[in-house]
Amino acid sequence: MSEQTTHPTTTPAARSGPDTDQTTERASSFSLDIDRRNVRDAVRGYLDRLRSGEPGALPSVLGLLVLGVIFYLVSDRFLSANNIGNLPGQGAYIAIIALGLVFVLLLGEIDLAAGTTGGICAGAAAQALASHGLRHGIPGAGALYWIVIVAMVAAAGLGFYLRAITGPVIVLIGVVITLTGLDSRPVFAIIFAVALGAAVGIFSGWLVASVGIPSFIVTLALFLAWQGLLLFLLNSQPIGTNGYPLWYGLAHDNMSPFWSWVFTIAVVGGYLAYTIFKSLRAQAKGLAADTMQLVLVRGLLIAVVAIVITALANQNRNTNQFKVINGLPWALTIPVMLMIVCTIALTKTTWGRHLFATGGNAEAARRAGIDVVHIKVTAFTICSAFGALGGVFLASNTGGAQLDLGSGNILLFAVAAAVIGGTSLFGGRGRPRDAIIGALVIVIIPNGIGLRPSLPASYQNLITGAVLLVAAAVDALSRRRSASR
Amino acid sequence: MADPILEVRGLNKSFGPVHVLHDVDLTVYPGQVTALVGDNGAGKSTLVKTIAGINSLDSGEILFEGAPVTISDPSDAAKLGIEFVYQDLALADNLDITQNMFLGREIRRFGFMADGEMERKARETLTGLSVRTVSSVRQVVANLSGGQRQTVAIAKAVLWNSRIVFLDEPTAALGVAQTRQVLDLVRRLADQGLGVLLISHNMNDVMEVADRVVALYLGRVAAEVETKNSSVTEIVELITTGRSGNLGLAPATANESI
Repeated sequence: MSEQTTHPTTTPAARSGPDTDQTTERASSFSLDIDRRNVRDAVRGYLDRLRSGEPGALPSVLGLLVLGVIFYLVSDRFLSANNIGNLPGQGAYIAIIALGLVFVLLLGEIDLAAGTTGGICAGAAAQALASHGLRHGIPGAGALYWIVIVAMVAAAGLGFYLRAITGPVIVLIGVVITLTGLDSRPVFAIIFAVALGAAVGIFSGWLVASVGIPSFIVTLALFLAWQGLLLFLLNSQPIGTNGYPLWYGLAHDNMSPFWSWVFTIAVVGGYLAYTIFKSLRAQAKGLAADTMQLVLVRGLLIAVVAIVITALANQNRNTNQFKVINGLPWALTIPVMLMIVCTIALTKTTWGRHLFATGGNAEAARRAGIDVVHIKVTAFTICSAFGALGGVFLASNTGGAQLDLGSGNILLFAVAAAVIGGTSLFGGRGRPRDAIIGALVIVIIPNGIGLRPSLPASYQNLITGAVLLVAAAVDALSRRRSASR
Repeated sequence: MADPILEVRGLNKSFGPVHVLHDVDLTVYPGQVTALVGDNGAGKSTLVKTIAGINSLDSGEILFEGAPVTISDPSDAAKLGIEFVYQDLALADNLDITQNMFLGREIRRFGFMADGEMERKARETLTGLSVRTVSSVRQVVANLSGGQRQTVAIAKAVLWNSRIVFLDEPTAALGVAQTRQVLDLVRRLADQGLGVLLISHNMNDVMEVADRVVALYLGRVAAEVETKNSSVTEIVELITTGRSGNLGLAPATANESI
């Protein structure tokens, strides 16, 4: 593999400059921008990044492998197609809540209420289905419905006032859905849940960004308050959701094999097309770019993994011979699609760039003319809306809106997922894919332990805690190394 | 000499009973480095903040290219092409050089950021300033040295066809070699025809890079001298006592202020 020649049109002045006595700490004159990165450079660069304290996804992937080996030794059922196929349904809610949390964690803030927000939103949706539309009144709490409506309209107004557009619009759509009684249908009930979550997010974002209360306190208060509100919404009666095929299917059903292939080909093909196009264009214009070789190697690795997973998923994995279970679980494809959307939003839009800047240095962002309040409010809105969707998936997985839906350890597991995946609690560093990988780590622990009945469940939190501690230690050590350079 | 690009005339500013700036006159010429010197509390920061539109002015006027202008907030200054590089660098550590240079003013195509175009322009700007010390405009700012960071902050300010750049203590935290880089850069800005106003405590820097020096003494302009006709001793006297030989404030004024 030969080094690419330097691009002739870039930086002629830099190379022919007269004073050569300038002290340079590193290779200078944009040398790294001119030389294309090939596979060897990429591997070397990756090793350099590891050594200098940017572990990326490595700790979580290693953790996943280690846990996988351990649980394979614990039970030979662990790696069975049936068990692996169950993992997405068991972990989707953590992945989705963690995806939302990434936005807030990127700002260096926290949303402790994302889980219980999911609880009230999924609870309200379940109540809407059970009582054929919330507008008929919430049993046992007649005035509550109008309080919710007024609060949602107020939150939408607040959102418009803070120059957010999408969040308030979603909230108003939710208001329309419930006022027209559409929320007696599962699809609309779930959309209503997300809208209610967005309203909660606008409210908490406003308290954090405009009023100036620390996010830990705001969301701790909401974490507690929503647990009480959920009891009112459910009239202290758990509501089952297994009777609604759509809702039940979120955590239990699969795409058909045909659509599974369509999904995989669209995702992998889209990724390949985008990276190849980007590399070609960057090389044509003399920008910093990866070589085609590197792009292809990376793309093919991803393609092979995705195709193998899809091929395996399309086999019948039911141990019971009377019913065929195959295809990619919705609980896998929906979080992956959300992850792709989040990644595009964070890396390709100015809003995402401004979010990173605000998390890295809020004062610099403010001086650059960025509306920091707007960024914070939108991040909290997204987090709570994802929390609501996570609550819906949780209810689907557990069979209904329980009285403690979304409380307990759920939020902390989601935070742990984001951190294990490599998102920093100090802000400015993190990726949506962290949430997905981290959630996978979190969910295989109870899954693996559950396969060996003789293992007490008490191991579950013990192991989860240890994994989180290791992940946080890697994060802290890597920060120290990058700071000490 | 070219016409001044920025002129401040008879500027007064009080914070409550404290009269911070007395009839301050200041002129910045294109292609020149004007140094603003003065002891702590002389009013340098207040003067700069007033021009930046962060503080309001009580009386006096600001002329940009000969025409009176009102600068009521920092974005007005930016529209005129006046950029400020503050002492605590306004860079986000977790973003790379290109991202920082375009922060808040990203170029967009079809709603998405045009990263390639921004990268190219960032490199062009750095090349135009003969910056040779960065190996990639895709480097994260956290990994840069103090001098490189200051360079990026300055390059960010000149990216927008700015006409005047205010630099607040650009070499304060830098080592010898890095100070050298930044001073060279400051000189090149002026050579490219920008008006540069340099705030500094370091007389060696001032003597080396500035064309003219404005010395503030307790809120008054003690004197404005050309560096080639002046000396470090003279400027230090102006800073500390408000006068030096025949130059500077009348003895009565200088003493009255104390």
